[in-house]
Amino acid sequence: MSAAPATDAAPLLELRGIGKRYRMGETDVDALRGVDLAIARNEYVAFIGPSGSGKTTLMNIVGCLDRPSSGSYLLNGQRVADLDDNALARIRNREIGFVFQNFNLLGRADALHNVMQPLVYRGVKLRERRQLAAAALADVGLGDRLDHRPNQLSGGQRQRVAIARALVGKPSILLADEPTGNLDSTTAREIMAMFAALHRSGNTIILVTHDAEVAAHAERTVAIRDGQVISDTRRMAEEAAHGAAG
Amino acid sequence: MARLAEALRAAIGAIRAHLLRAALTVLGMVIGVAAVIAVVALLQGFGQSITQQFRNLGANGLVITAYLPQKAALEGKTARITPDDLLAIRQRVAGVRDVVPLLPLAQFSAEVRYGNRSSNTSVSGTTSGFPRNGARYPVQGRFVVAGDDTTRRPVAVIGQTLIKDLHLPARPEGHFIQLFGAWFKVVGVLNKVGTLVGLIDRDNLIYIPYTTAVSLSGTQTAPNIVIQLDVDNTRAIKPVEARITAVLRRQHHLLPGAEDDFKIQSAAELTKALTRALDSASLILGAIVGISLLVGGVGIMNVMLVSVTERTREIGIHKSLGATRADILLQFLLEAVLLSLLGGLVGLALGYGIGKLVVHLVPAFAGAIVPGWTIALSLGFTAAVGLVFGITPAAKAAALDPIEALRYE
Repeated sequence: MSAAPATDAAPLLELRGIGKRYRMGETDVDALRGVDLAIARNEYVAFIGPSGSGKTTLMNIVGCLDRPSSGSYLLNGQRVADLDDNALARIRNREIGFVFQNFNLLGRADALHNVMQPLVYRGVKLRERRQLAAAALADVGLGDRLDHRPNQLSGGQRQRVAIARALVGKPSILLADEPTGNLDSTTAREIMAMFAALHRSGNTIILVTHDAEVAAHAERTVAIRDGQVISDTRRMAEEAAHGAAG
Repeated sequence: MARLAEALRAAIGAIRAHLLRAALTVLGMVIGVAAVIAVVALLQGFGQSITQQFRNLGANGLVITAYLPQKAALEGKTARITPDDLLAIRQRVAGVRDVVPLLPLAQFSAEVRYGNRSSNTSVSGTTSGFPRNGARYPVQGRFVVAGDDTTRRPVAVIGQTLIKDLHLPARPEGHFIQLFGAWFKVVGVLNKVGTLVGLIDRDNLIYIPYTTAVSLSGTQTAPNIVIQLDVDNTRAIKPVEARITAVLRRQHHLLPGAEDDFKIQSAAELTKALTRALDSASLILGAIVGISLLVGGVGIMNVMLVSVTERTREIGIHKSLGATRADILLQFLLEAVLLSLLGGLVGLALGYGIGKLVVHLVPAFAGAIVPGWTIALSLGFTAAVGLVFGITPAAKAAALDPIEALRYE
C-alpha cells in the first residue's frame, strides 16, 4: 500500500525544526516553535497539552491537513512539508486515518457508506469498497449496523464507525483527536480498549488530548506547551498496559 | 470512472436530501424552458399547417404577380400584370396549361346580401381553368364555365361559410345574392377547405367570371391581375420561368439591366421561404425567452452557494478523507448541472403540455410540434447554464481550507 516498508532504524515519521506561524490581524503568532520529533512504526503516542499549547496545530501538520511554515517533515520516507494540495490529499487518503472528537461522520450516509468513502478517493471499485468497508465495520463490532445512519447509532457506535473508516484504507498512522471527548466514561473505556487492541495488532497510533488520564493509555507521552515539546517520556509496555487498565 | 460515478451518486443524494428546496430552486429553470418549448412548439405547429396548405397549390404550379422594385417605385413607375400579359403567355410560352387569371376584387370587404341578411366576403374573378389540383371543386352545382366568361354572366360560386352566414338554403343554386349592387345567381357551392391556421376562413369567398369581375372593377385601364398556371413537366419549371420572364419583360418594355417588375413564384419556393422564416422566428423567440433561463441559473447559483456554506463541515470531512479539490469541484458542479437538467426536463414536459393545451383551447393553432433540435438545444443550454452558474459555488467549495472546514459549526 504505502512505500517499501521502512527498516526499524528509519522512523515512520520524522519532524525536524517544525515551526508554524499564523498571522492574527497585525501580529504574527507562533503556534509551533521548532518541534523535533520522531515516531517509529507501531508506536502508541499521546500528544498532551492544554488548549492553545499547539498540540492541535502539530496534529494538523502530522495529519497533512496543514503545512508547516518552517522545518521538514518526512512521512514514510516522503517529504511532505512542501507538497501541493493534491499531493497532501493523496497522503491523507493513504497514510492517515483520522478519528475526531465529534466523530465527523457524513450524516446522510449509512455506516457502510461512511466507511466506504475514503476508498472512493482511492479509486477502489464499488464491489471491493463494499467488501472492505463491511469487513472494517465487522472488525469494530458493527457488522450488524451497516445500514444505520449516524443518527440511529449511539455515541460509542458512531466513534467505532469513525475508527472503521479511519482504518479501512490501512493507513500508516491512526490520528485520534480527543476521541473520547464526547463520550461517557464507560463508552470512553471501550474506545480506549479498542485503541489498545489496535496498537497490539500493529497499528501506529497518535492520540491528541488534554486529559492526562487518556494520555496514560499510550506508551509514550509527548507534552507540548507554548509550541514546543517540553517532555517526551516512554513507559514499559506492562506499565502502559497497567495504565490502560487503571 | 469510480470517482465520477460516486460524485454523481453523491450529487443525487444531496439533491434528494432537500427535495423541496431543489424543486423551488429549479422553478425558474422549469418556467424558462417551458416557455421556450411552448413558444417553439406552437410556432412549428403553425408552420407545418401552413406548409401543408401550400402543398395544395401543387408542385408544378406557378403564380405570377406584379412586383415593384423599390428603385422603380422611387422613379414613379407602377407595376401591373395585365390581361395582355395573360394572352402573351398563353400564346408564346410552350409547355404550360391552365393559364388562368385571378382578379381579386375584395378581401373580406365585399358586402354580400341575401334577403335581409348581409355579410362581408372576398370576391375574385377567374375563369374555368381555375380550380386546380383538386384543391377547390364544386360540391354542388358547377364552377365558372367558359360561357360565363365570354358573356360576362352575373353568376357566383360560393364558399360554404356564406350559406350559413346568409341563411341560404342548403342547396342555394338558383338563388340570387346581391353583390356590388348587382344581382348574382348562385350556380355552385365549393368544397369545404377549412381555415388557414385557424385565422382565415377560406370558405368565406365568392368566385365570379373573370370578365364580369373586370367590368365590376370599373378601371379604365387594364386591371392588375394574378396569373396562375401549371407547368406540364415539373423538371421544365426553370426554362418555363425563363421563357415567361423574357415574354413579360418584352411586354413591359423593360430595358436590359432593369429589374423585373413582376415575380414568378412556385409553390415549392413559397413553402421553403415560409419554413425558413418560421424557423428563424422560432430561434429568435426561443432565444428571447431563453434569457429567462439565465435568471433560473442565478437561482441555482444562489442555492448552491448557500448549500456550500451549509455543507462546509461535510466538505472538510471529505477533504480529511482524501478528497482532492477536483473531487469536491466535480461533485458540486455535477449537483448544479443535475439540478439544472432536472429543471430542463420538467420544463420540457410542461412546455409541451402548455403547447397542447393552447392548441386545444385556441383553434388558431393547428398543432404543437417539438422538433428534436429544440429538445437538444434546450437541454444543452440548461446543462450549460448549470455548468456556468455552478462553477463559482463549486470552486468555493473546492477551495475550502480543510482545517477551517472541519472546525465549522
